[in-house]
Amino acid sequence: MPSFLLVRFSFSKTIGQNHGMNGTEYQTAVRNEPLSRRSFLGVLLGFGSVVVGSALAIPLIRVALHPLLSKTTETGWSDVGKADEFASITGPIKKLITVEQRDGWRKIVSEKAVYVLPAKDGAMRVLSPICPHLGCSIPWVEAKQQFVCPCHNAIFGVNGARVGGPAPRAMDDLECKIDNGMLKVRYQYFRQLIPTKEVLA
Amino acid sequence: MADARNSESLGKRCYNWLDQRTGLGSLMHEALDEPIPGGARWAYVFGSVLLFLFISQTVTGIFLALYYVPTADHAHTTVAYIVKEVTGGSFLRSLHAWGSSAVVIVLILHLTQTFLYGAYKGRREVLWISGCALFGLMLAMAFTGYLLPWDQKAYFATTVGTNMASEVPWIGSMLKRFMRGGNEMGTLTLSRFFVAHVFILPAIILGFIASHVYLFRKAGAAGPPSEHPIEPKLPTERFYPKQVLMDTAVALIMICVLGLLSHFYPTELGPQANPADTQYVPRPEWYYLPIFQWLKYFKGPLAVVGIVVIPALTAVLILALPFIDRRLERRPWKRPIAVGIYFAILGTLITFGLLSKREDRLDPAIAKQVAKQNEETEQFMRAPFEPEAAASSLSAPAVVVALDPVAAAGKKVYDAESCDACHGENGVGTNVGPKLAGATAQKSAEELTKLLRHPTEKMLAGEMKAVNVSDEELKALVAYIKSLK
Repeated sequence: MPSFLLVRFSFSKTIGQNHGMNGTEYQTAVRNEPLSRRSFLGVLLGFGSVVVGSALAIPLIRVALHPLLSKTTETGWSDVGKADEFASITGPIKKLITVEQRDGWRKIVSEKAVYVLPAKDGAMRVLSPICPHLGCSIPWVEAKQQFVCPCHNAIFGVNGARVGGPAPRAMDDLECKIDNGMLKVRYQYFRQLIPTKEVLA
Repeated sequence: MADARNSESLGKRCYNWLDQRTGLGSLMHEALDEPIPGGARWAYVFGSVLLFLFISQTVTGIFLALYYVPTADHAHTTVAYIVKEVTGGSFLRSLHAWGSSAVVIVLILHLTQTFLYGAYKGRREVLWISGCALFGLMLAMAFTGYLLPWDQKAYFATTVGTNMASEVPWIGSMLKRFMRGGNEMGTLTLSRFFVAHVFILPAIILGFIASHVYLFRKAGAAGPPSEHPIEPKLPTERFYPKQVLMDTAVALIMICVLGLLSHFYPTELGPQANPADTQYVPRPEWYYLPIFQWLKYFKGPLAVVGIVVIPALTAVLILALPFIDRRLERRPWKRPIAVGIYFAILGTLITFGLLSKREDRLDPAIAKQVAKQNEETEQFMRAPFEPEAAASSLSAPAVVVALDPVAAAGKKVYDAESCDACHGENGVGTNVGPKLAGATAQKSAEELTKLLRHPTEKMLAGEMKAVNVSDEELKALVAYIKSLK
């Protein structure tokens, strides 16, 4: 006789009919059972439930944590223009770039302005036009050869250095590179009103 | 007294504390000590496994909803995102899809076991009917869930499925329009199917599961076929621990099988639904193939017989089974006619399913088209995820500006005057300046011109200064602002 059937039989005998048992009788029945087997089965069951539960929970947790597990969705590189185009400029040039940002399953394409500065020692510089004071866009004033913020008159020099007004620091440099003869820039926002440049997430 | 209490373990004391406040003990007693005449058996696991699968479908479904959007223009993109980008997303979606097939298989096993054991006999009519209702509701879940990815096969299979509803006499066309939310399949169809799939049907199913379990407990476990259905005589064994253990073991096997299938055979997503495609050969999921094949035999005015009359009669026959078969004899070998009919129906369904596969294979035109569709699906699956351009993106205003030279000149003024500093790119607004697109852009050109030259007190207070440009530039600027939508 297979042991499996034996187990069932001995079980049935120990417990018998338990239709209509009251609480005390039930307790007695539980105590009279071969405890070791009952607790062994209990442990087995607990183990089984934990395995089933975690087998299901792990894929759920992975999916829920996707935004944390995937690579940071930092903005990529945007084309500014051919590097040659900026080889012989004498002052800041305003360029509009398209910035593509990922928002989950969407992409948001927006147009941003940047200033390309004349190259110094072969190194290109690209400035963010956003005032480090309160975030207005700063126009280049050709007549004064200065950047003058229209909001609170913060003034910056031709290289973006702070000249006067309420701004706490110079205009912010954007990370840029030349790739296959194309000037590319990584558009970012920086925290305002503080003396050091700090990227906003 | 104090000593006695201290001698109890902490765990026991916590349990007692909770028990006194919640009645947890009697609840567990009620749930786990159900007597089973004749003891635990592997044949009894299917009900619990179905419950487990329902829970699994619910939680996987909820987590899929984290990334899913039920509208015709986003559904396919978001499912593609789940499949191609989300960490473990394809695996989760496959678990959900394979899970739906598992539900149908275990439902058939549960039904077959109940039928062979004659476990519907002896004051179990209502229990049987609630089980039949659950079967139907689960098939409805499969039908509504199938549309949600909004790919070619989902779209065309549901087009056929909803067309079938129009064969119902008198109310058919109304029923079809009700299901679709209009005459044609579209975004309203998707909304309806989504709401049915995630809110309405699950709520009804929960109610029926509760009643099914309650009625099962009320009638008592039927035990083996030799047992009397109303007054069981065999010695009983409680549900806990052995039956619970068997149920858990099968649930564990189930989740392992689903996991392996999902890993090695992930559910694919085809190209986005294209209603203009006239070549597409729609084929339903395997569990609907028998009815699909069945319908081929009813042409023209006979369609109503195939689609409505015979299925309805079959449903009534199945529902009424415990009323028709009133003998208390449960042993299958003593009920040859009932068992014979059951297997005849099951055999017919399987034959129809296989026939449909065979016909598709033998018809060269269909085989070719099906192969092409499979190739298109493979192609789509290989392609990288293509994010959807957001409506607020550059494109819309950029197009307007490109088409209108005056507005284009106005945009230059807008940028030169640093209007975007406060009003944002394309007048979308920032936290320091209001949005121009929309209500502002609706004002008349004269009014806008006047406001720009002479800002109101409120505007001045908000640091909006008078615009100091030539009349021509101002005209262009106004044209640009008016172009912002």
